[in-house]
Amino acid sequence: MDVMPKWAEVILVPLISLLLAAILSALVILAIGEDPVAAVKLMVSGALGSTYGWGYTLYYATNFMFTGLAVAVAFHAGLFNIGGEGQAMLGGLGVALVCLFIPWPHWTIAVLAAIIGSALFGALWAAIPAYLQAKRGSHIVITTIMFNFIAAAVLNYMLVNILRPAGSMDPATARFPEAVHLPSLHDLLAPFGIAFSKAAPANVSLVVAMIACVLVWLLIWRTPLGLEIRSYGKSQRAARYAGIGSVRITMIAMLISGALAGMMAINNVMGEAERLVLNAVEGAGFIGIAVALMGRSHPVGVFLAAILFGFLYQGGAELALWTSIPRELIVVIQALVILFTGALDNMVRMPLERIFLALRRTSKSKSTPAE
Amino acid sequence: MNFFALFDLSVLDTTVRLATPLLLACLAGLFSERGGIFDIGLEGKMLAAAFFSAALAAITGSVWIGLLAGIGASLVLSAVHGLASITFRGNQLISGVAINFLAAGLTVLIAQSWFQQGGRTPSLIGGGRFEPITLPFADALSTVPVFGPIYAELISGHSILVYVALLCVPGTWYILFRTRFGLRLRAVGENPAAVDTAGVSVVGLRFAAVGICGILCGLAGAYLATGLQAGFVKDMTAGRGFIALAALIFAKWRPWHALWATLLFGYLQAIALRPDIIEGALGFKVQVQLLDALPYILTVVILAGFVGKAIPPRAGGEPYVKER
Repeated sequence: MDVMPKWAEVILVPLISLLLAAILSALVILAIGEDPVAAVKLMVSGALGSTYGWGYTLYYATNFMFTGLAVAVAFHAGLFNIGGEGQAMLGGLGVALVCLFIPWPHWTIAVLAAIIGSALFGALWAAIPAYLQAKRGSHIVITTIMFNFIAAAVLNYMLVNILRPAGSMDPATARFPEAVHLPSLHDLLAPFGIAFSKAAPANVSLVVAMIACVLVWLLIWRTPLGLEIRSYGKSQRAARYAGIGSVRITMIAMLISGALAGMMAINNVMGEAERLVLNAVEGAGFIGIAVALMGRSHPVGVFLAAILFGFLYQGGAELALWTSIPRELIVVIQALVILFTGALDNMVRMPLERIFLALRRTSKSKSTPAE
Repeated sequence: MNFFALFDLSVLDTTVRLATPLLLACLAGLFSERGGIFDIGLEGKMLAAAFFSAALAAITGSVWIGLLAGIGASLVLSAVHGLASITFRGNQLISGVAINFLAAGLTVLIAQSWFQQGGRTPSLIGGGRFEPITLPFADALSTVPVFGPIYAELISGHSILVYVALLCVPGTWYILFRTRFGLRLRAVGENPAAVDTAGVSVVGLRFAAVGICGILCGLAGAYLATGLQAGFVKDMTAGRGFIALAALIFAKWRPWHALWATLLFGYLQAIALRPDIIEGALGFKVQVQLLDALPYILTVVILAGFVGKAIPPRAGGEPYVKER
């Protein structure tokens, strides 16, 4: 079965997929009459050339770490959670309720409560599709898609009819109180004498996201539950014979997944906007799919892929600002990454496996000279 | 309180218009999924077709060239889906997600490059649009009580694609349930190994299913941009591909039921545009958001199996690997 060495599986396959996506994206840029080399230069300088750029890159990356981990945990259980978008919307609702209606003395306590609130709401939104999959056999992909739309309607209703401050026309909540303001990377790094841009939105949530990466790694690879989740994802039938309950694993994996997606809200709602707006999630839930595929569902991979997509997002915004290339270029790149790392995986893998097989054969014939 | 106001002729007329793209996309999904290929990329194919039909219609001034371009764009995405999910046996759901994003990004990118109007095409005028067709005797019969207005307003006066969509329903039924090709297509979605044993190409049948799906999605998208509206705007499908998917489950993968399901969802969209009528008829306000969410909620209820169980084609979503 293991035709390829592990490094090829983990590094080479995703890199080739990424390269293919990059080549096609360059062709797209050429086709609309722009210079791909200049575009890449502009993206690098805009996203990584200053602490301001880094601040935005890391801010986006924080969102994608949460949603990427969410998709990855579900993948390990053999479940495809497309509902990250809706779960993150509901997570935002949880954060808004926690921040608006409880007078917190200090942000440290508020952020803990917000994490619980967002995780709870996100998990709740994943719980219904999970239950329907586990108990009634409804396809989780379809139900989570439906729940994205239902979440949008719920959020719309809550913002327009209930949470909107009197006299405001904007479908958004009031501003959160000053006490729940999260420290930005500028505030965190200043005591160490590191000057970081004050205007950039990256904040302490990045640390929470990194802790989440570690915890997910521990959960999946260092606990009995993680073993059960992975066995269930590899073979449901074998897992059942091993006494692993399918209802239990489906529910637990999806609740964790939903909670992670929901927790994204402490970054974008509490950390950046400091109020809940209608399009707070901005597609980050879907980018989680690309991030998890690219990162091979491993927390380290998800972390790196999230930073890559953070770079693409901030770089894309710079492109839209300075050239005639619209932001949608990033959506195209995201689509190509999903296509090559997810759906066309075999297209990259099959020729590679053939090469490695051929290499192995030649090295064998060399090591055993003619007898 | 006037309950019958809910079925005002103008609302029903809008229902037919709004149900048409849903119906075409739903039948598209029906062919694909009956052939064992899940397709959550209906949305993306419609969007691509909407853009290319509007763009070519705007450039050439001919809606028919636009229609062909729309179908062509949709077929290209179908080919990508087929390549990923049939040839390379990849994950059909992930491929669908990728196609949706590909269409969402590329349409705006190309629209901006071609027309510089912020991701939209110029408004279509004259021959660039599908004009409403007045059926024979519509004017003469409009004075006949009850039947007259229904014929003149509801049945007559739609663009040709509406009638094409309606004809696709018996057409789909006939192809699937009365032809050899249809029998094989359904078999390939239930038990591809049996089809293979009979010496019929599984790959060929599945590509045919995905291809028909592409053509129908092309019609749906072209109708959106050149029939329902006059031109393409960014993200104009607005989730219709997913509502069509919902309708497909609601219809339990059957053509006539697809018609009723899409008419129901079209009606929900039409009535959501007229909150005044709902309030007048029921005597209380119904939240617009509830009406928006209703198709999705109904689908989840159906999927949950509380009201009749929706059982998809058995081999759906699984790539076929020939025994070696």
